[in-house]
Amino acid sequence: MRHRDFVKFIFPSALAMLLFIAVPIVSVFVQSLYVEHDKVLVTVENCGPFGCQQETRVDPDATAALKAEEPLGQFNGLGTYLNRAHLATQEVGEILSDNDGFGDVARRIYNLPFYKALAFTLVYTFLVTPLSMIFGFMVALGVNTIPKAVKGPVIFLSLLPYIVTPLLGSLILFWMINSDGVIGATLQWVFADPTLSLKASPFLTWVTLIVYGTWHMTPFAFVVFYAGLQTLPQDTLESAMIDGANRWERIRYVVIPHLVPLATFVGLVLLMDNFRVFEPIIGFSSEANATSLSWSIYNDLNGQVDQLFGSAAATSVLTMIGVIVLLTPVLIRTWRDFNRKAR
Amino acid sequence: MDRKIGYSRPLAITTGLVLLVWLILAAFPFFWTVWGSFKVQADFFSRESFWNAITGPATERQTGGTFTLDGYRGAWVEREFYHSVINTAIVTVCVTSISLVFGTLGGYALSRSSRQYTFWILIAALVFRAMPHITLVSGYLLPFFEMNIWGYLPTAIIVLVAINQPFTIWMLHSFFQSIPKDLDESAMVDGCTRFQAFRLAIMPVMWPGVITTGLFSFLLAYNDFAVTAMLLNQDNQTMVPKINSFLGTVQTEGTIMYAVAAVVSATVPLFILVMFFQRQIVSGLTAGAVKG
Repeated sequence: MRHRDFVKFIFPSALAMLLFIAVPIVSVFVQSLYVEHDKVLVTVENCGPFGCQQETRVDPDATAALKAEEPLGQFNGLGTYLNRAHLATQEVGEILSDNDGFGDVARRIYNLPFYKALAFTLVYTFLVTPLSMIFGFMVALGVNTIPKAVKGPVIFLSLLPYIVTPLLGSLILFWMINSDGVIGATLQWVFADPTLSLKASPFLTWVTLIVYGTWHMTPFAFVVFYAGLQTLPQDTLESAMIDGANRWERIRYVVIPHLVPLATFVGLVLLMDNFRVFEPIIGFSSEANATSLSWSIYNDLNGQVDQLFGSAAATSVLTMIGVIVLLTPVLIRTWRDFNRKAR
Repeated sequence: MDRKIGYSRPLAITTGLVLLVWLILAAFPFFWTVWGSFKVQADFFSRESFWNAITGPATERQTGGTFTLDGYRGAWVEREFYHSVINTAIVTVCVTSISLVFGTLGGYALSRSSRQYTFWILIAALVFRAMPHITLVSGYLLPFFEMNIWGYLPTAIIVLVAINQPFTIWMLHSFFQSIPKDLDESAMVDGCTRFQAFRLAIMPVMWPGVITTGLFSFLLAYNDFAVTAMLLNQDNQTMVPKINSFLGTVQTEGTIMYAVAAVVSATVPLFILVMFFQRQIVSGLTAGAVKG
């Protein structure tokens, strides 16, 4: 294809990505270096029947004028990154220099908002990804053995958790685990504990969110693995049988090796999607016990009084760095493959 | 292959059981909520027994029948949910069609060129695909406020199209690669320009791929919360952010069934979609994987 044609064809798509993905990434980085203006204060003399008093007030007009003049705010350098709401270098330094052992360090660092969100995001990502792959694989094996007539409806029902809007799916489950809802009430009955609530303790909230994540993502792993099972080489399978491999050994030595390339693909997509976990935290109203990086950004942007653009941007940049770190192994591998092919 | 070979009864029973448990886990919440949305709050969130949500005694006491449309009436009429339904329809239709136009052109170009820059564009798209949407939103807000384009449907549409592009061009790129190059080359030998070859020779055989990709663009626009919640003002809200803003008020007013009804109203179209396009969705989910 000639360069000229290529450019013409790719232009609309590239322009859209450039304007609304690449430029915003730069804009986020610039915003993260600035911080909101302080309120403009004026001192006025307030005279009443008991004499005059000096009073300091916010001057709303001057504040608005300053905001209109420099919408970005004032330059703050890396200050936002290092403050208590983000990397909290000073606080972490203090904790590390003065503490009562490892448990204490972990507990105190966990109380800093950024590390709290980071901890949940990482635990969620690295638990939900393997769990949904394992369950997806098991479901795929199951669906592969059932008669053809029921496969269609079974696949239909299995797809539902993945297709449904994440916020709505988590709301549906949230209403069910409510202590008045069917699952919540059943759990109370099973454990004979009328005060049991999945929302109260941080640990149970984490478990709930991870169960939700696995429920939501399993269908994706299932579908890909199921498609992989359709292309399973029957000859290899039969020769394994002749060699006396039982069903488990066949899965271990024939099926799983065949699915490994698919598993890397599924793992990559799941990592990317789980790292941005956001809607379930809103759906399950779990912000008291579990927050994620995406949720912190949303919370800063959705502030009741002021939108904290600087703070949101700093968290965004840190999140993007996290995404790049997650992707690096894949990118390196793709680069090697490409070079090998080119040679 | 004969299913009797290597057949083992205990294993069949175990996989059968796993599958049964999974099906219940996957489908039960939806059927439960759809059924419950026709009850009153005292039944759906019953303090006595969850059997009430099935039989509905309080619904019968309060409304005279075992099923009630009160939740739907409250959501659609009183809270004007139809307004956000219309907005969602506009957004999803526009996003899907624009994404497909941009995506087919871009995906075609990427599949027919094997130069170094093709690789870099695809890698950049992969990285863009991985960016959490909310991080991009925090980049949009301030510039959009300054340009005075915040809050309108076209803004959200073009942003969703752009966010959709990396995924769309990856998927269409792999679909186009499965179409032999000879097809467009022979059309060009016959005197077509590159664009004519694309339109007259390639597009007619691309429809399955286009429909599959379109479904995923639709789902992305329909399911989006981060972009539409932050970039649309109160009047232009689509269904998902609208339901989220319901939540704040319904809890205090005791009208939580409005939210349940709205959630069911927004979920049922997805059920119908999966029912009709199950095969395309399955092939779409595996499209990226088969290429490896």
